[in-house]
Amino acid sequence: MVSDLFPLKVRAAQTSRRGKVLVGPVDMDLEGAGVTVVLGPNGSGKTTLLRLLHGTARLTRGTIEWACDTMQARHHQAFVFQRPVMMRRSVVDNISYPLHIKGICKTEARVRAANWAARIGLGDMLERPATVLSGGEQQKLALARAMITNPKVLFLDEPSAALDGRAMREIEDLLQEAVQAGTRLILSTHDFGQARRLANEVVFLLHGQVHEQSHAAPFFAGPQTAQAAAFLRGDIVE
Amino acid sequence: MNDLWAGISQAVWMVASFDSDLVEITLRSLHVTLMALVIGSAVALPLAAFLAVRRFRFRRSVIAILNALMGLPPVVVGLVVYVLLSRSGPFGVLGLLFTPSAMIIAQVIIIVPLIASIAHQSLRDLWSEYHDLLISMNVTQVQKMRTLLWDARRALLTASLAGFGRAIGEVGAIMIVGGNIEHATRVLTTAIALETGKGDFALALALGFILIALAISVNLAIHWLSRTEQEGRW
Repeated sequence: MVSDLFPLKVRAAQTSRRGKVLVGPVDMDLEGAGVTVVLGPNGSGKTTLLRLLHGTARLTRGTIEWACDTMQARHHQAFVFQRPVMMRRSVVDNISYPLHIKGICKTEARVRAANWAARIGLGDMLERPATVLSGGEQQKLALARAMITNPKVLFLDEPSAALDGRAMREIEDLLQEAVQAGTRLILSTHDFGQARRLANEVVFLLHGQVHEQSHAAPFFAGPQTAQAAAFLRGDIVE
Repeated sequence: MNDLWAGISQAVWMVASFDSDLVEITLRSLHVTLMALVIGSAVALPLAAFLAVRRFRFRRSVIAILNALMGLPPVVVGLVVYVLLSRSGPFGVLGLLFTPSAMIIAQVIIIVPLIASIAHQSLRDLWSEYHDLLISMNVTQVQKMRTLLWDARRALLTASLAGFGRAIGEVGAIMIVGGNIEHATRVLTTAIALETGKGDFALALALGFILIALAISVNLAIHWLSRTEQEGRW
């Protein structure tokens, strides 16, 4: 299934706060399938770029055009935050919340949430308060909550920043399944291993600007710019 | 000290003998205060949620005024409500003056700013936690408010109980608008004021201890019913 949100055209998009430009101007085109990984050092604007595309950061200049109406596009997106937001509810109520918001009846929402909880390995703690879960469990819960509405685009901000190997693999498996099912992933990371494993396309961000955008294979084989090459070698890029 | 002991023993005796006047004014106290609490919470909690999620021009001023009104002098509220409800006032035709309804109206006015201010504090904190998530999910304003109110319900209980505390011990406003009429608008606090004025300290103290016991038992009952302060709950 190729979603009808794409191609996404970003033209000279910029977001600023109190006169300081956080990200931009950014020009890019995103096509309708696969995984785009946004790479870059801390403070390069990865999170802000994702939020800008998602529509939760204010676009102060330029345009971001989905192939369909913007509001309609926003209803087919979901966002997973770097620090997962746990609502003060049980696990199952957290996962079913987006369905609840969309007006799906409570029993059906609970059944679907329970299914998702089982998929992410939280099936035996449905009624536990979400806030007492471990960091990895919270991240998986946030992912399930984002994916339960079958979004066409899923934004992930450092989805496994604080996770160990096994939790990371579980999350990446879930993401791969989502991609197989036709979900478009746009994720930021500063973990190369993860970028290599997941990316079809790489956007290298530096100082709030897109420094390099290319397919994953050529990027990892030999980046075009010196900064990207230095970043890949593990040097400190400023 | 003698008065205190006499008060305690009289309180025990009155409770043990189910003194009919005592039962009547205690029930009226509860009726007036609980009604005021229900109506006040129904107004104040949505207002607090609205102030937490909605950004509008005079929001900060409204919050500041609400905070200031927490210390609203009950006597003045009573006076204003009296003027509004008196025969020549705008709501005189309703004939509410010197009825329990008038007392409920005055208490609602007193406790709404208190409940709204305390509730707003906790809802604001919760909103800063939920903000990104709910914005990202395109949640409507009403859904935001309902989500916040539901997830902060235990903190809101504290806000409501503060309102209950203020209302049950209040005397200035309900004395003015109720008139402390025997078998009609006399409640525990106005009876205490009356007995003190008459010099019957033992009876006044007895009523006072009963009032305190009532406040404590209502608080305990609400806590017990809502199972707060248990592990893993909010």
